[in-house]
Order: sequence, then structure tokens, then C-alpha cells
Amino acid sequence: MIDNLNFIYPEIFISLSIMFLLLLGVFKKNSSSLIYNLSIIFLIFTLALIFNYPLQSNISLFNESYKIDYFSSFMKILTMCSGIFVLIISSRYLKIFKMFQIEYSILILCSILGMMVMISSNDLIVFYIGLELQSLALYVLASFNREEIKSSEAGLKYFVLSALSSGLLLYGCSLIYGFSGSTNFIIISENIDSTQLGLTLGIVFILVGLAFKISAVPFHMWAPDVYEGSPTSVTLFFAVVPKIAALTVFIRILYVPFINMIDQWQIIIIFLSIASMIFGAVAAIGQKNLKRLVAYSSIGHMGFALAGLSSGTNEGIQSSIIYISIYLIMNLGLFSCLFTMKRNDKYYENIEDLSGLSKNHPLISLSLMIILFSLAGIPPMAGFFAKFYIFTAVIKESMYFLAIAGLLSTVISAFYYLRIIKIIYFDPEKEKYDTDYNIGLKITLSLSTLLILLYFIFPSRLVEIVSRINII
Amino acid sequence: MDFPILSSLILLPLVGSLFILFVKSDASNNYQSSKYVALFTSFVNFLISIYLWYLFDNSISAFQFIEDKQWLRGFVNYKVGIDGISILFILLTTFITSLSIISINNSISSRLKEFLIAILVMESLMIGVFCSLDLVIFYLFFEGGLIPMFLIIGIWGGSRRVYSAFKFFLFTLLGSVLMLLAIITIYWTAGTTDIIHLYELGIDWKYQNLLWLAFFSSFAVKTPMWPFHTWLPDAHVEAPTAGSVFLAAILLKLAGYGFIRFSLGLFPIASNFFTPLIYSLSLIAIVFISLVALMQDDMKKLIAYSSVAHMGFVTLGIFTLTQQGIEGSIIQMISHGLISAALFICVGVLYDRTHSRLISNYGGIVSIMPKYAVVFMIFTLAAIGLPGTSGFIGEFLILLGAFQKSFIVAAIASLGVIFAAAYMLWLYKRVVFGNLVNKELLKILDLNKSEIFILWSLAIPILFFGFYPEPLINTIEVSIQDLIKMYDLNLTSYIESGRATLIK
Repeated sequence: MIDNLNFIYPEIFISLSIMFLLLLGVFKKNSSSLIYNLSIIFLIFTLALIFNYPLQSNISLFNESYKIDYFSSFMKILTMCSGIFVLIISSRYLKIFKMFQIEYSILILCSILGMMVMISSNDLIVFYIGLELQSLALYVLASFNREEIKSSEAGLKYFVLSALSSGLLLYGCSLIYGFSGSTNFIIISENIDSTQLGLTLGIVFILVGLAFKISAVPFHMWAPDVYEGSPTSVTLFFAVVPKIAALTVFIRILYVPFINMIDQWQIIIIFLSIASMIFGAVAAIGQKNLKRLVAYSSIGHMGFALAGLSSGTNEGIQSSIIYISIYLIMNLGLFSCLFTMKRNDKYYENIEDLSGLSKNHPLISLSLMIILFSLAGIPPMAGFFAKFYIFTAVIKESMYFLAIAGLLSTVISAFYYLRIIKIIYFDPEKEKYDTDYNIGLKITLSLSTLLILLYFIFPSRLVEIVSRINII
Repeated sequence: MDFPILSSLILLPLVGSLFILFVKSDASNNYQSSKYVALFTSFVNFLISIYLWYLFDNSISAFQFIEDKQWLRGFVNYKVGIDGISILFILLTTFITSLSIISINNSISSRLKEFLIAILVMESLMIGVFCSLDLVIFYLFFEGGLIPMFLIIGIWGGSRRVYSAFKFFLFTLLGSVLMLLAIITIYWTAGTTDIIHLYELGIDWKYQNLLWLAFFSSFAVKTPMWPFHTWLPDAHVEAPTAGSVFLAAILLKLAGYGFIRFSLGLFPIASNFFTPLIYSLSLIAIVFISLVALMQDDMKKLIAYSSVAHMGFVTLGIFTLTQQGIEGSIIQMISHGLISAALFICVGVLYDRTHSRLISNYGGIVSIMPKYAVVFMIFTLAAIGLPGTSGFIGEFLILLGAFQKSFIVAAIASLGVIFAAAYMLWLYKRVVFGNLVNKELLKILDLNKSEIFILWSLAIPILFFGFYPEPLINTIEVSIQDLIKMYDLNLTSYIESGRATLIK
């Protein structure tokens, strides 16, 4: 048992640092800045610890309920990196909104710990613990801006709906336990009898719970309100990080214990995917608030990630992972731009506020344009390649209707991305925004823009890394 | 070939645009330095492409100057190369880009820097389209061109620019995504997207028709063919002169090139099958759109519609699937590139002076702008296809090809020549001759030096190739012979196999 601990240093370290930071915050006055910076450093250190063991190793711990393999390490690295960048770019925002308190970064660390557990879980109970840990932290984060009624509403809404979905998920878990005799993924896959209706029902409940977490249609209702109401820094966190973990669990559960029941779940995933792609594209057209728009666009993007997942092949899984990695970079860039829209300590978040941005802030507009074209999937930006891999995987399995739905939604969604570009470039200018960006914001924005723009030079790097992930 | 001459053609404009991005120049010094950088880059690119033409070996049909690099891990290679068909388009692109950069004098006052960057990026993407030898690379360049063009129309266009820019973007995107689907399908059925390999392997007959339609959906929008042409007049009217020139002279040629390279080359059976469709759409474009052009009161719109009609000739020529027809189409595309560019610059010259594009505002220009009247006449006659201009060579060869296939098709297409004469001459008459009614016209000046330079450098090749088309025909001849040979081979083997299955 003790040997097992050697392999989970990152998790142990991050839990210890959470406790340490909590104590530090309680006993030291005015330590919010210190704790904020320390949590970034601790996250970087945790990231380094993941590399402590060879990434290729494939280890099952604690009676095979916890798995460290290349897939989990890669997803953890993604989570860490996005967590670090989220913290780096949102410090200024938090200070202005008087949310720069010790709890904020500690909660982020908590939810990241929950995600790490989720990512590595190889057992329904472990998975559920991880999920609840990250969700609980997220409820508090959503309502972190107590002064703002919308933020409290967002937190409450997220809590109620998420609790409901967790309940469904738990019910699904218990059904699966009942019909297969175990909660362990490996044992489930051995005991599985695909003719049993109870198992199918269990899978459906688990899928509903997970679809809620990644806000796939028809379980997306919470997303627009929560995205809009939460503080922008939390919206950024919502839009990116939990989705990585949820997608990982999606892949793990569908492809490890239930791969033999692909006939049963494939159709559900295809439905979720098509509905999300089309709905995300259509519903975003009428939006006025950028954060709401991001919510709908993320619904659409999740539809694409699910499309890759539905193919039932390793290529499909890999394309989904590539998609979510590129999506993460694009969203980091997009939100960095949102954080620059500040005038006299007031942040603006309506699309109209971008009007004529290109005349006052040519560089920011250029990066925003690149990011938006990438989100729309126009070559040669990275977003095109993300979609390209998905289509390639989907067409390989001859799922043409899925590909056509994806293509249609690409064209529809191009419309609202173009509308933003139009407002930035074609419309009359407004007042200038403040230009006192902090260095972290600058670095994140330029890094993500360059990655998106120059991805086409070395497109095979990411593919090479991801192609080592073989689940089946 | 050791030196990557094609890649340098693609990269040079990008390097130039990077320079422009960092060069200090703004409205105060009239953007002089960035204009010089742009001019220099595009001119050097033009010289390189001339040199490329000089190095190019006419006598072989295989692709030359091939560069092949691993790009998308074992999946797609970065592969470029040219044959007789593509080299002319590359020349046209570099030539027109240089001219359109010279033509920007005072017509664009705001954000010239961004405009130059957009034009140069556009140039690089277009060259990429014409020399890419891999479907995915082709798609990348083909679609990438949407971004700069969207900005050119949207930022520097006229009053309805937003509408036109959106229409242009979404129309072409919708067409192209289907092509992407087809490209990926080809990859999974044939195992490669390398064009040379695909030419050798051939594509399964079962899939050809659907794939052909997917490619067609993209090319038909880009050509544009009737009834997918509605974005073109809007886009043209609202684009600034340099943008219109670029759009008409180069962007419209992408689809014609695509039809020859992909539709004929990859799907010969389907091309044969769909010939009646193309014929009817082309004839409608030639006759109906010519009549539409006749009734326009906006000069730019008239020329835009005439472009649609001319492209109708091009598609007709390509799908006659005869040596003359295809040669004619290519020459028609090159000459249309020169002529439409010239006509748009002619309109731009007037527009810069009076800020009106309405034909009714003009009349009697000949007495104030005699030099202008002369060059405008040359281009009008060239657009009609008068013998002695390059327009004639193209249309004549196309009709020659069409007569071999079907008398009726050729006869109806010939009507288009007459209509072209009608609308162009009527336009010329209303603008240049007649009484000088509009007193404001008295104030305007004749062509200045740079305008004379641009217009004559377009007029000379039009006249030269009109009298002596040998250099053009020599360049493309062998490649087209090879294409036709391959097409015939495929068709006969298809027919034989059809018989074989019948006998079974």
C-alpha cells in the first residue's frame, strides 16, 4: 500500500499545499497576494512532479482503482497548464472586483485536485469523489462575487442543477454496480453482459450526468446563465478546465468498461454531439453578451469533441483530445482579450463594446481576430486542424451524417464569429480601453495567438504526442 | 531543383507583410515606406515568377520544381510543383498583385498598412493554391484566402460592405466545407491526398459522382456559376479598386483552375457524366447574365456581371474536354484576368475623380480625358473579344472546342459574344461619347503618369497575346494533351468494364 503512494506525489503534494495555504491564510494577515502567487508556484511544482515518473508507464494503484498512464498524465498536464494560466491572467480582474481573497486560489487548487482524481480514476467511487470535490469548489467559485446578485444566482443555479445531475450519475453508478457486481472499471468490463437492460440504463444515467458537466445539449441549460453570472475569471475556468476532466472520464468510462456496449451508447453520443453542434451554432447568433456567447460556442465545441468520441476508435479519441487541447488554447486567448476590455476599473463584456477596437488597439484586435477565425475553424488557424482531425476520424467510420451536421454547424457558427470580427474591424470606434495590462496577460495572449497562428508549421507535434494515447 | 523556388514565391509576400507590420509608417508620411516595401516584394516576386517561366520546360507534361516535405505525420505532405497549367496562373497572380499595389494611390486613405498586408497575404495564398500538389494543402490555401478578402471587402468597401463581406464569406465557406468532406473521403478511400499519386491510382467509379458534386459545390460558388453568382456583384461593387482587381483577376480563376486540375483530373468519369449540367449552367450564365449586365446602371456591377458571363465561357470550354476547349479556357482566364483588372482600374480612375459609379453621371468623357478614352477603348474591345486581342483567342478556341461536341451549344454560346459586344459598346458609348451633360466632369483631369503606366502595362500583354498567343499555348499544350489522354484512357476503360459487367 505504501508503495502506491510513490506514484501519486502530485496529488499528495497538491493536497498538502492546499492545507498549508489554508493555515497560512488563517494565521497571517493580508496574505491574499502571497497565497495567490504561492498557489501558482505550487501548481507549477505539481506539474513538474507529474514528470517525476516516466509518462509512458502504466500503473494501477489501490486495487486497480486508480490509474496512472500516459493518457491520465497528458490530461493532468493540460489541466495544470490551463489552471496556471487561468490564475496568471485573472489576478488583476480579481483585485478590481475585491475578490482577491485567500479562498479564491485555494478553491481553484481544490477543484484541480478533484479533477486530477477524476482523470486518474479507474473506479466509479473514486471517480465520484473526484467529481464532487471539483464541483463543490466550483459552486463556491461561481458565486464568489457576493456583492453581485447575478453571481449568487449563478452559484445557486449551478449548485441545484449540478446536484441533480450528480444524483442521476450516482443512481447510474448504483445500477451498474447492481448489474455487474463491482465498481471497478476492469471488473465491470469482465462481468459485463450487454443484453441486460439495467446496465444500459446505468450507462444512460452516467452519460446524462457527464453530459451535464460538459454542458452538452440537452443538458446545457445552466451554461449560459452560469457563464454570464459568474465572475469572468471563473467563467474562464468553467469554460476550459472542468471540460478536460469530464472528457477524460467520458473516454475512460465509455472505452474501458463499456466498450462492448458500443451499440448502446454510440447512438446517445451521436445525438448529444449533433444536438450540441447545431444548437450551439444557432443559439449563439442572437447573443449580445460575450460571456453568454462563449457559453453557447463552448456547447458547440463540446459537440465536436463528442463527435470524435462517438466514432469508437482510437483515432476518434485522439482527435477529441487534440480538439480539446486546441480549444483550451483558443479560450485562454479569447478570455485574455476579454480581460483587456477595461476602462477606469470597469470591465465591459458586451459584444458592442468591442466596436472599432481595431483602431485603438490594433494588436489586440489582430490576436482576437486570429482567435475568432480559429474558433470558426478557418484554415490555416489551429482551430481548422482541430476540426479536420475530428472530421477525419468521423469519416473513417463512414458516419457521414455526423460530418455533414458538423460542417453545417461550422458554417452557421462562422456567422457569429464573423459578426464579432465585423464589429471589431468595420464599426466606428469607441473610447480607448486602459492599456495597463500586466505581464502575465500579455504573455498568455501573445503565446496563445502565436500557437494558433503558427500551428500549421508543425502540425504533427501535437498529433505525435496524442497518438501515444491508446485506450482500446 | 535544389533551390525551393516555389516555396520562396509563397513565402516572400509573407515576409514582406511582416516587414510592413514592423516598419514605422503612418498617415503622416502617407504610408510611403510600407508602400515601397509592398511594391518591392511584389515586384521581386514577379521577377522570380518570370524567371520560373524561363526555367520551365515546355516539352514535358510532368510536374516540375517539385518540393516534398513531411508535414502532417505520414498523412499529408507539403508538396508543391507546377505544370504548364499552373505556371501561367502564378505569373498572372504576381503580375496583377504588383499592378494593384501601384494602383493604390489616394483611393485608400485609412489603414493602408493593413490593406497592403492583406494584399500580400492574399498573393501568397493564391500562389499556394496554384502550385499545391496535395488536396489538403490546396484546401488550406484555398480557404485561407477567405480571411484577407473578407477584410478587404469589409474594411475598405463602400456602403453595403458588411452585407457583401458576409455574403462572400458564408457562400464560399458553405461551398468549400463540402469539398473538405470530399477530400477526407478521398483520403480514406484512396489512402492518399497526393495529387500525382491520385492521378495514377484513379478514384473508384462508385464514388466519383458524389465527390465531383462536392468539389463542384465549392468551385461553382467560387467561379461563380449561375445560380451561385449572387455574391459576386455585391462583393465587387463594394470592394475598393485594388480589391476588385484582385478578386476579378485572380480569385475567380481559382475555380477554373480547380475544375481542370481536380474535377477533370481526378474524376474523369463523373466529369463526363455531368457535362450536360455544366453546359446548361454555362449557357445560362453566358446568355442570361449578359442580358442582366446590359441593364446595369452601375459600371462596376456591369463589369462584375460580364465577369460571370466570361467565366461561363471558361467552364464551357473546360467541359468540352477537347484540346482546343481547355486551351481556350486557360487563355480566356488569363486574358480575362488582364482585361477585367484593367476595366476595374478604368472604373476606379473615374470613381477616384468623381466618386460616382453610375453610368448616367458620365458622358462625353472623350473631350476631357482623351488618353483615358483610348485605353478604355482597347479594353472594351478586348472584353468583346475582337480579333487582335487576347480575349479573341480564348473565346475562339472555346467555341472551336464547343463546335466539335455540339452545334447547338456552340451556337448559343456565340450569342454571348454578340451580347458582350452590346453591353460593352453601349457602356463605352454612354460613358465616353455623347454630350457632356454633367458640368462637374469639366474639372477632372486626364490620366496621370502612374495610371498611364498601369493601364498600358495591362494593354500591352492583351494586344501582344492577341497577335501572338504562341508563348501561352506552347506553355500549356503538353500538359493539356496529357490531361486529355488520361481522360480518354479512363473513359474507355470505364466503358469497356461496363460492357464486361454486362456480358457477365
